[in-house]
Amino acid sequence: MTQKRVAVIGAGYTKFDEHWDKSLRDLATEAGGKALADAKMEGKEIQALFVGNMSGGRFIGQEHLAALAVDQAGLTPIPATRCEGACASGALAFRKALLSIQAGEHDIVMAAGAEKMTDIKGEAAVAALMGAGDHEWESAIGLTFSGLYALIARAHMKQFGTTREQLAMVSVNNHKNGALNPLAQHPYTVSLEDVLTSTMISDPLRLLDCSPITDGSAAVVLASEEAVKKLGIENPVWILASGQASDTLALHDRKSFTEMAATKFAAKTAYTKAGLTPEKIDVAEVHDCFSINEILAIEDLGFCKKGEGGKFVEQGKIAIGGERPINTMGGLKSIGHPVGASGIRQIIDLTTQLRGRAGKLQVNGAKVGLAQNVGGSGATAVVNILGVE
Amino acid sequence: MSQGSVPLFWRLKKSKYNLIGTKCVTCNSIFFPPKTLCPECRSKGKLEEFQFSGRGEVISYTVITAAPEGFEAYTPYAVGLIKLDEGATISGQIVGDASKLDIGKRVKSVFRKMYEDGSGGVIHYGIKFEVDGE
Repeated sequence: MTQKRVAVIGAGYTKFDEHWDKSLRDLATEAGGKALADAKMEGKEIQALFVGNMSGGRFIGQEHLAALAVDQAGLTPIPATRCEGACASGALAFRKALLSIQAGEHDIVMAAGAEKMTDIKGEAAVAALMGAGDHEWESAIGLTFSGLYALIARAHMKQFGTTREQLAMVSVNNHKNGALNPLAQHPYTVSLEDVLTSTMISDPLRLLDCSPITDGSAAVVLASEEAVKKLGIENPVWILASGQASDTLALHDRKSFTEMAATKFAAKTAYTKAGLTPEKIDVAEVHDCFSINEILAIEDLGFCKKGEGGKFVEQGKIAIGGERPINTMGGLKSIGHPVGASGIRQIIDLTTQLRGRAGKLQVNGAKVGLAQNVGGSGATAVVNILGVE
Repeated sequence: MSQGSVPLFWRLKKSKYNLIGTKCVTCNSIFFPPKTLCPECRSKGKLEEFQFSGRGEVISYTVITAAPEGFEAYTPYAVGLIKLDEGATISGQIVGDASKLDIGKRVKSVFRKMYEDGSGGVIHYGIKFEVDGE
């Protein structure tokens, strides 16, 4: 079946930060405004809104977030739908927006993501994030997300000989890039020693292996090929394929603790639809919520053989100018991780690269980009492939 | 904040306090935590209660120093993925000296306090694990 071609025609995200002076509604409206300005639109062109948000209820006591967003944007009565898949909520909103155009229901839609995480104290935020795990069997015994990824990390180190230093090199790479991203929450470099001596969080993962708790919002405008032509858009970034997959909610129920089957399945779906192989990806945004997860992603997306992700990082292949530049704007680690917004932020950073507007962070000649967004410890994974030409 | 309501723990009393899971008598697969649907046999499956021995092996472990709300008073505490001898793998805290932990260590289940809902609240108990035979 030939699917309708859909493009990203506008993109923008807020500064990712601890925004004590801005609410979720302020941030979402700001991001939406940036995306519309980039698309050279006023807003009345938008026919539907999809909003990614993980836990407005626990973070700010606010549900019904799609209605809030469309209201604040002054775009009622268009349909607005919230999409929730924990930390993959943003990519789910993007994918649902894409599918709504491919289904023929709409021509121009907005996909946004937003999370406001710093209105509650850190321990409460850690507990709220565990809502993405198995409440009855993981949260109840005191597990945290850093704990779950630490279990994965130790299993990976034992099975494949991945080293503590290789994990740290993920954070070093992502911070090196993020240092040049003015929208990043932590825009500075970190050394290998900084990571290896940072506060222990869940052995073997330390503070600088973990993405931070962040407030932020991101938004993109999508349009059908007909709308792109009609609007005279000069620099559309085409969505070549989208794949989504699921796995068991709890980590302990997985067949393997050192791979993410959902990532592999979503990637396979996306590669097949796009008619591409991993070698054709010029630049990738992967879900580095914890350093180990970037190594899993590198392997599960097919950029190297299983078990060789650590070596791939150590050899500098993920650097800008390397074989497969990854998280070129800083990733979740340096830019920050407002959980519902990150999936959209990844799409925006890819869009910037594919439009050739990344400045000092530009991957020369980037034509095809891939974004991988993960929910929980791997129960939801979304892989989107974008391209120009 | 509580990690679960009293009704939730009451519903889970067989599994959470007694390590009773389920077994599909059609295909002999065993499940812990218990399932009410066999994912392989689907409508042809038939699930019955299954008592686990509580003995197993550490597949991976971590020592948590940054705890979620409710567990702050208990850090550092070890949590492992425990492959039970009968087959299923579960997450559980591991009590005792964490420096002696390693992947492959034999463990057995013990009944322990999990946490308290504040000074006047419910005291939650559950299954933890300890290194076996030491």
